[in-house]
Amino acid sequence: MKIFKGRFFQNLIMWVNGDTEHFLPPADTKMMESPKVPSVTQTLRPLPTKDEVFLGSFTGLSIFLVIGLVSILLLTTYNLPLFGDPDNPVVNEVIKRYVEKGVEETGAINVVAGMILDYRAFDTLGEASVLLLAGTSVMMLLLKDIKNTDPEDDQIAAYEMEIEERNRDLILQKITMILLPAIILYGIYVVINGHLSPGGGFSGGAILGAGLILYASAFGTNEVRKIFTMKTFKILTTSALMTYAICKTYVFLLGANGIDTRIPLGTPGAIFSSGLIFVLDVCVGIIVACTMYGFYSIFTTGEI
Amino acid sequence: MLPLHYNIPAISILACLISGIVIPLLPSERAALRLNLTVSGFVAFLSAILLYKVVPNNEYFVYTMGSFPAPWGNELAVGPLEALMAFVFGLVTFLSLAGGVQTLFHDILPGKRNFFFTMLNMLLASLLAMTYTNDLFTSYVFIEISTLAACAIVVARDTPKTIGSTIRYLALSLLGSGLFLIGVVLLYCITGHLLMPHLQMQILRLIATGKYAMPITLIAGLLFVGIAIKSALFPFGTWLPMAHGGATTTSSAILSGLVLKGYIMLLVKIFYRIFTIDLIRSLHVTDVMYVCGLIGMIYGSIEAYREEHIKRMLAHSSMAQIGYIFMGLGLDVNLGIAAAFLQIVVHAFVKPLLFLSAGRLSEIYNHEKSSYRLRGSAHKDWVAGIGFTLGSLSMVGIPLLGGFLAKYYLIEAAMQNPYKLWPALFTLMISAVMNALYYIPGVIAIWTRSELSTANPVEHNIGFTWIAAPVLSIAVVFLGVNGTYVMEIIQRGLALL
Amino acid sequence: MNNLLKTMINDRFMIAAVLLFGFGFMNLLLQKNLIRKIISFNIMESSIFLFLASQGYINGRIAPIIVDGILDADVYINPIPSGLVLTGIVVSVSVTAFFLALTVRLYNIYKTVDFDEIMLLVNKEAE
Repeated sequence: MKIFKGRFFQNLIMWVNGDTEHFLPPADTKMMESPKVPSVTQTLRPLPTKDEVFLGSFTGLSIFLVIGLVSILLLTTYNLPLFGDPDNPVVNEVIKRYVEKGVEETGAINVVAGMILDYRAFDTLGEASVLLLAGTSVMMLLLKDIKNTDPEDDQIAAYEMEIEERNRDLILQKITMILLPAIILYGIYVVINGHLSPGGGFSGGAILGAGLILYASAFGTNEVRKIFTMKTFKILTTSALMTYAICKTYVFLLGANGIDTRIPLGTPGAIFSSGLIFVLDVCVGIIVACTMYGFYSIFTTGEI
Repeated sequence: MLPLHYNIPAISILACLISGIVIPLLPSERAALRLNLTVSGFVAFLSAILLYKVVPNNEYFVYTMGSFPAPWGNELAVGPLEALMAFVFGLVTFLSLAGGVQTLFHDILPGKRNFFFTMLNMLLASLLAMTYTNDLFTSYVFIEISTLAACAIVVARDTPKTIGSTIRYLALSLLGSGLFLIGVVLLYCITGHLLMPHLQMQILRLIATGKYAMPITLIAGLLFVGIAIKSALFPFGTWLPMAHGGATTTSSAILSGLVLKGYIMLLVKIFYRIFTIDLIRSLHVTDVMYVCGLIGMIYGSIEAYREEHIKRMLAHSSMAQIGYIFMGLGLDVNLGIAAAFLQIVVHAFVKPLLFLSAGRLSEIYNHEKSSYRLRGSAHKDWVAGIGFTLGSLSMVGIPLLGGFLAKYYLIEAAMQNPYKLWPALFTLMISAVMNALYYIPGVIAIWTRSELSTANPVEHNIGFTWIAAPVLSIAVVFLGVNGTYVMEIIQRGLALL
Repeated sequence: MNNLLKTMINDRFMIAAVLLFGFGFMNLLLQKNLIRKIISFNIMESSIFLFLASQGYINGRIAPIIVDGILDADVYINPIPSGLVLTGIVVSVSVTAFFLALTVRLYNIYKTVDFDEIMLLVNKEAE
């Protein structure tokens, strides 16, 4: 087994075991010179001794389990319908109606948008709520309170913030100023063209969120906080989701009872068409953009 | 125009979702609490009306969400069983919240309470949606919602221990949802549908032609294992005691009493409405359930016997009770499934009663949790003492209480299947003895006068003393005396499913 | 044999998806580092999405966005998997965020991201 004794393999094994990052050079100690900052190693709790570490037959069992599962799945794949075959069971009357009647019934040129926001809108309502849930649970955990902050950590964070404020990258800032309008504009374009072209609320919202994150990382979250506070975040997210839920409640209840919803579908292909899909796309875009930026801000600073 | 009560399922789900969305905007946590109580009470009230309308006529109806019918749009399918479960979910959520609110305000920091209430509403919405849905993919989305919300209400207490147990809970839950999702995807590949009645049609056709026999077996297995992980069936349920035992009282009551049952309801619905129960029996999935259920009964009881921490003991006992339910489902007779549902209903009332009483007792003794330290606490608040005693006696299986009737029906169902009779009887006997071994000492301890801990003068807990404890106790006694009526509803519902 | 090989080449996306699924699943079970657990969870979910998306493709057809008013189901691919994948991605993003938040909190408490160590330390906590 000489081959496994090389430096590369040693590193690889350590990496797989997750011990330490051996590919990296030793950490730069100059950053931690400030007397205010206590060394991280001092705060470590005593590690458990080796025999305490649970490394039983679990590994072997898992490998056995996974290999079994994968081989069964591969065998199943062999038995499944062929890839790309037009005679597959999935090509049936469901798709036929989505494609052939979709424009007439939903007004959306993009059949996928019509499907997720009109035919199967209940799923998508659940999905938008998942985003709210994720935002809420992350805030529940990481929003600063007496339990998850201690003065030492605050000191370190303040120190890091100070370094960051002093060393704002000029190149990043200039390029951000050039790119940001284009990113925001493109995000808005993707959101409001969701029913006409690929994209929609989710992708467009992600682009908008990425733009906000870029701005925040170039100029600092304090800069963003001048226009985007916790209050804005809450009001924007909840009112967008609220609009979404109320629109859909209206459609669900009336549609189920066989009453005409009287929502004008407009001319297919125009920007202001396809009834509620346009509104819902905008709502979803706002939710996604706010949540994405919210994640970034909470994870980096513990507040929005 | 549909009859008016047809709208109740959709209205209850959407009301929960919308109130969950509104809560972050509310100014104070008292307002959020009131909204939450109102919504869960409203859901219970509406579901009671639905139950009253649906049961006498043996109605089973399908409600399209929106104007698009079956294979194209989302649907809800509602019958007596679903209405009963929704009623239980709404009522028990209301009672758990009312009874545990004092501990909740002690455990959760002021700024985070509104988040907790959002999660609670979303959890109720997801439970209702899993109960009512007629669409496999919708059930996946709401399974994920309930996973996130359940983990969040555990972690809301924010101690190192709850965070650690939550991450374990989340990791295992994610394995479960991964398996469930791949099952859904494979099922979509071979049938091309997502709505349950169409899936059933396609699967029966495929079984008749003998095509894709192996994928169908695999799919049934994957869906079963995915849900079994989430509902803490024996080999997969190791996350349960720490997560349920460490959470705040309301969360423990709701998680143990309802969330596990929501998944089982979905599993039964999938088995009945997609695969048909005969196919599931011929694929031997029920045998796996039976064996795992039996082992789970014994394992949960032994672990509970060894546990000192009173809430973790109750959580281990939940694992044993889940074993009872799966054993009932695995008995291969229809009465067994009905008995399992009676057990679900009984446990949904008994376990919150136990958790709330134990929470109240430990609140009196300065939040001590070990049962040794809780000695004499029942004399400080006799309502909680009686509640704990009643719940324990029901768990042990004393006649005239709900637990007895559920066990009785389980044995009667086992009698109908001679192959599975003796193991079931033997394990039920051992498990009943074990239940007595760990519940009765607890009951004796709380009534023994001895001042080990100093009682701290807590204010009167109105929600627990006047609402939660009496209603839950009455429900337990009612189920014991009048449970045959509930059994009738369950059997009608199962016949229509 | 030839037939098997043909099927394998034809179903390459599904096979890749299954292998990735196994890879992710195994790492989710075995990795001790929480961040790697999260990454492997994402690999697992993405492999399912790859599987699902590959089910939507039909040879020689175009994306389901109506062009030139052609309303024929034989021209476009299956729109359903795309929608389901979209839903799935959002769910997976949300779950990842929650998982990461838990990891951050645990790291702040115990100064480690090793799952086994964290579990041992958690079990030693008094309450």
